[in-house]
Amino acid sequence: MISWPNFVSQLFNGLALGALLALISSGLTIIYGTLGVLNLAHGAMFMLGGYAGYVAYTYTGSFVVAVVAASISVMVLGVLMERVIIRHFYHRPHEDQLLVTFGLSICFVEIARLIFGSLSLTVPPPLLFAGITSLGFLFYPTYRLAAVGIIAVALLALFLVLYRTRLGMIVRAGIEDAVMVDSLGINVYRVFMVVFGIGAMAAGFAGIINAPIVSLTPDMGEAILVQTFVVVVIGGVGSFPGAVLGGLIAGEIISLTSMVNPGYAYVMLFAVMTLVLVVRPHGLLGTRGRE
Amino acid sequence: MTKQPFSERNFSFTMSRRRLLQTAAGLAGGAIIPAGTISRAFADDKPAIGTWPAGSSGSSVFVGVTVPRTGTYAVQGEDELKGYELAVEHINSGHELIKKISPKTTKGVLGKEVKIGVADSGAKPNEAVQAQSRFITENKAVLITGGTSSAVAVALNKLAQREKVLFVCGISGSNDTTGKDCVRYGFRQNFYGQTAAAAISPILIKTFGKNKKAAYLTPDYTYGHTVTKSMQDYLAPAGWTTVTNQVSPLGAPDYSSYLLNVANSGADILINVNWGHDAVLSIQQAKQFGVLDKMKLVVPYQVPFLAREVGGGLMSGVFAATDFWWTIQDKYPLAKMFVEAFEKKYGYKPEWGANNSYMEFAMWARMVEEAGTFYPPDVIKAYEKGATIPSTVGDVHFRSEDHQLVRPVIIVKGKDPKDMKGKEDYYDVVEIIPGEGLMQKPDAFGCHLGDYT
Repeated sequence: MISWPNFVSQLFNGLALGALLALISSGLTIIYGTLGVLNLAHGAMFMLGGYAGYVAYTYTGSFVVAVVAASISVMVLGVLMERVIIRHFYHRPHEDQLLVTFGLSICFVEIARLIFGSLSLTVPPPLLFAGITSLGFLFYPTYRLAAVGIIAVALLALFLVLYRTRLGMIVRAGIEDAVMVDSLGINVYRVFMVVFGIGAMAAGFAGIINAPIVSLTPDMGEAILVQTFVVVVIGGVGSFPGAVLGGLIAGEIISLTSMVNPGYAYVMLFAVMTLVLVVRPHGLLGTRGRE
Repeated sequence: MTKQPFSERNFSFTMSRRRLLQTAAGLAGGAIIPAGTISRAFADDKPAIGTWPAGSSGSSVFVGVTVPRTGTYAVQGEDELKGYELAVEHINSGHELIKKISPKTTKGVLGKEVKIGVADSGAKPNEAVQAQSRFITENKAVLITGGTSSAVAVALNKLAQREKVLFVCGISGSNDTTGKDCVRYGFRQNFYGQTAAAAISPILIKTFGKNKKAAYLTPDYTYGHTVTKSMQDYLAPAGWTTVTNQVSPLGAPDYSSYLLNVANSGADILINVNWGHDAVLSIQQAKQFGVLDKMKLVVPYQVPFLAREVGGGLMSGVFAATDFWWTIQDKYPLAKMFVEAFEKKYGYKPEWGANNSYMEFAMWARMVEEAGTFYPPDVIKAYEKGATIPSTVGDVHFRSEDHQLVRPVIIVKGKDPKDMKGKEDYYDVVEIIPGEGLMQKPDAFGCHLGDYT
């Protein structure tokens, strides 16, 4: 199956796949980097973004409304989750944090199953992006092309917030040393809440952007969560650029390996992750001491 | 007598309290078991085996059910569970449909009420085995069932043989289930890779012609590999070649890279062996990538609810091999009774998974009644007589050599949405092909059943 057109197709597909992984992973990595909480409910929030968008789309028929509704509702959920539950776990052992977020993820999935059932649901792509586009070397679904652009804009926005605003500066400082930020008189806990909200919003946004590509099922977050962890580990824990780089690398590994032998696509992903852990235990762009 | 340190005394106090609880539990448990149980067990000339006689000494018997209620196969698992529940309801009430399949049934099985315990397997073998082990030790299950993933079916086959508890298989399409992984204690009602391929291949060759190039989408476990192999074997004599075989893990979140390979392979036909939500997603994405405009889709092992879930008429014109489709009720009176009873209770037409589970339980009830005992080796011998059993797909019988039911395979073709009469009228029945000619030789897949005791 190795031919020039197929190679270029897969290279491109890896980019598209990687962009989505980058977006989901960035939310996870910012939360972990700042709060020190590994949010195992991140995949479930990705799923909830899809379902929230589905509901909004069903009522309004507008994809834009669906995107806004999904992002905001998952952000609100994230803030609530942080205020009501997560903040009580900042000073508790990591195992407790894992257990509580894992428990929440089970609750979210089962609530979604209770309301929407197990039968998969679909959100059609906006009419503007329906159909297939010829890129000369391959035919590619128009919506996937658009999604790459949308995600690129979203990642840029996230970058600007993190690297060009006062809030972003505090967040990045918090990732490096939360105690120091606190002693400088900044209300770290409020920053934590905002960060959790932004991270959740990234998951919800990714969920609805991804919805027209896949069909929604309550379990969809599970498989994505595993890949997201791989991305974060490869890119470097707590590093936003690392999440983007890791996402693109993971996308390319899956696509290019599947060209040679599809059965090994995911095996290769984990093999590369292991290799990164051996050679650079903090990930490609991570720094010592963050985890 | 030496004086005990305080801490130990304390310890012994808590121990005795625990023992008190144990005793109480034992008494409560003893109250449930009717008097005479133990003496009967010893009086019988047969030694105890598996959960016999403990499991069938009360007024009810327990059946352990594992279905996937989460994960890739959740939709199908939920439907199978409904089939099991309906069967149990019919068995316990002595419904006329059960009496057609098992004439000796009055109410219950040998007069005992059937109770079921349900656990979610998530289509994972280890979870299914754990749950069933619990049902066997704690509830003394006389029968276990589960599948939907053949990996689960094969694992439960082995558990059944080891624990000497009967196992009737949920959905399982792998040739291995009654092939190289067959066991004395396991039985399968439904069609599988071999019979599906033998049934659908001639129709594909007749419809699409000889010397075609086929691309396969194969889930990476026993079901996927054996079904793909059977299809390749049956299509090869007509000059069909495999241009690409895209193997993917169960529950893959995206099929784009596999579908690009398929799109670039130059295939004429896309044979999609994926199942459950994997089938839904891969078909929807095949449409997105324009693959379905270039090549014809074939589903060799039908997925319940597939047409409804993929939507958009994507199954229109698609050939699929299946175990049961509700419109065959025009031909089979028992199918009509089943469809009516199921629809009355659940409000929709049953898919083949529900029919499979119903028939598995109904036939088990028949075999126990025939044997006149729950003693597993006698029940197994009742199955192995190979007597003709009336079923929802006509007369069928079990093969004694591999415990596979000889039953027809039904070829359906997806309807164009505008030709559908009613919202559940997704398929035309193209042909119902008798089972005898579809089966491999009993030992062709390396089946050795193992011991009775």
